Formats: sequence, structure tokens, C-alpha cells
Amino acid sequence: MSDTEDASAPQSEPLDLVRLCLDEIVFVRLRGDRELKGRLHAYDSHCNLVLGDVQETIYIVEDEEEDEEGTVRTVNKQSEMLFVRGDSVVLISPQGQP
Amino acid sequence: MENGGSEGRDPSGFLSEIIGTPVTVKLNSGVVYKGELQSVDGYMNIALEQTKEYVNGKVHRTYGDAFIRGNNVQYISADS
Repeated sequence: MSDTEDASAPQSEPLDLVRLCLDEIVFVRLRGDRELKGRLHAYDSHCNLVLGDVQETIYIVEDEEEDEEGTVRTVNKQSEMLFVRGDSVVLISPQGQP
Repeated sequence: MENGGSEGRDPSGFLSEIIGTPVTVKLNSGVVYKGELQSVDGYMNIALEQTKEYVNGKVHRTYGDAFIRGNNVQYISADS
């Protein structure tokens, strides 16, 4: 009964994936073209997050009328500790693998 | 096809039927995720494996595992 790993894990729920990321480096995608990478210290069912040693990357599209694609500028911010309100979270992924 | 013959089918029955299979998830933002559906809950939070993220139709990123918060989901589609 103990070999229920990935494929046949019974009744696992999506937030289990986040629980497994505790104290690990996670990648978080937020609304408004923002991304975070940092160590997950805490989370709850709303996806409120507490991250430590966080790098925030903001993608800013500078819409020039003649330039069809527009250029994307990135701004980076570093924070020692960050509380993220859950409603801005889009995706959370462990960063163990490249 | 054991889940609710022909009468009692409901959306969550469909979701539990396609767990473990490849799916496409589209978000309200238009971003698309393709991966193997690991689990879903009542909020439509989703866990995917071997996920590819498509922005404007192009692969933008890949994730080994990905948690998607349910409020962003527009649809979940079975690929096969």
C-alpha cells in the first residue's frame, strides 16, 4: 500500500503540490505580467503566500505605434520577505527542475 | 465509462474521468497550458504534470509540475 506515488495517488488535491513546495524555491506567476521566484515559507487555501529571498520580475510592454510587436522591458525587484495576496496568483511551480 | 452511464453525468464526473490524461487548460488571460492532469478540486484549482505553457500560440515555458489557481480557468479540455 505504500507504493502509491505519482501515477496512482488516491484522492490527491492540487494544493498538495504546493504543500510539497514548502521551504523549497518556487516560481510564481501573478496577474499583471509579474513573476516571483523565492523560497516558500507559508501558504493557505486562498494561495496567500509568504516568500523569502524573492526576485520579482515585471514585464512591461512599451507599445510603440509603429512597432507592431512592441518592446518588452523587464524590471527586477529583490525582497527579503514578501506576502502575496492569493487572488493575484495564477500559477505555482517548484523550481527543482530547470 | 463507468461514471454515470447516460443520465447522471455532471461536470465534476467528467473531470474525475480525465484525471491522468493529457489535457489543455485555457485561462481567462488567453494563456494555454498543456499537460497531464494530476488533480482538480472544487475551486477548479488544477495540478498538471509535464506542462507546456503557450503564450500567443508559442511555447513560452515548461514546468515539471504546475499548480493553477482555479479562478483563472476558462476551460479544461481532454486532448485525446
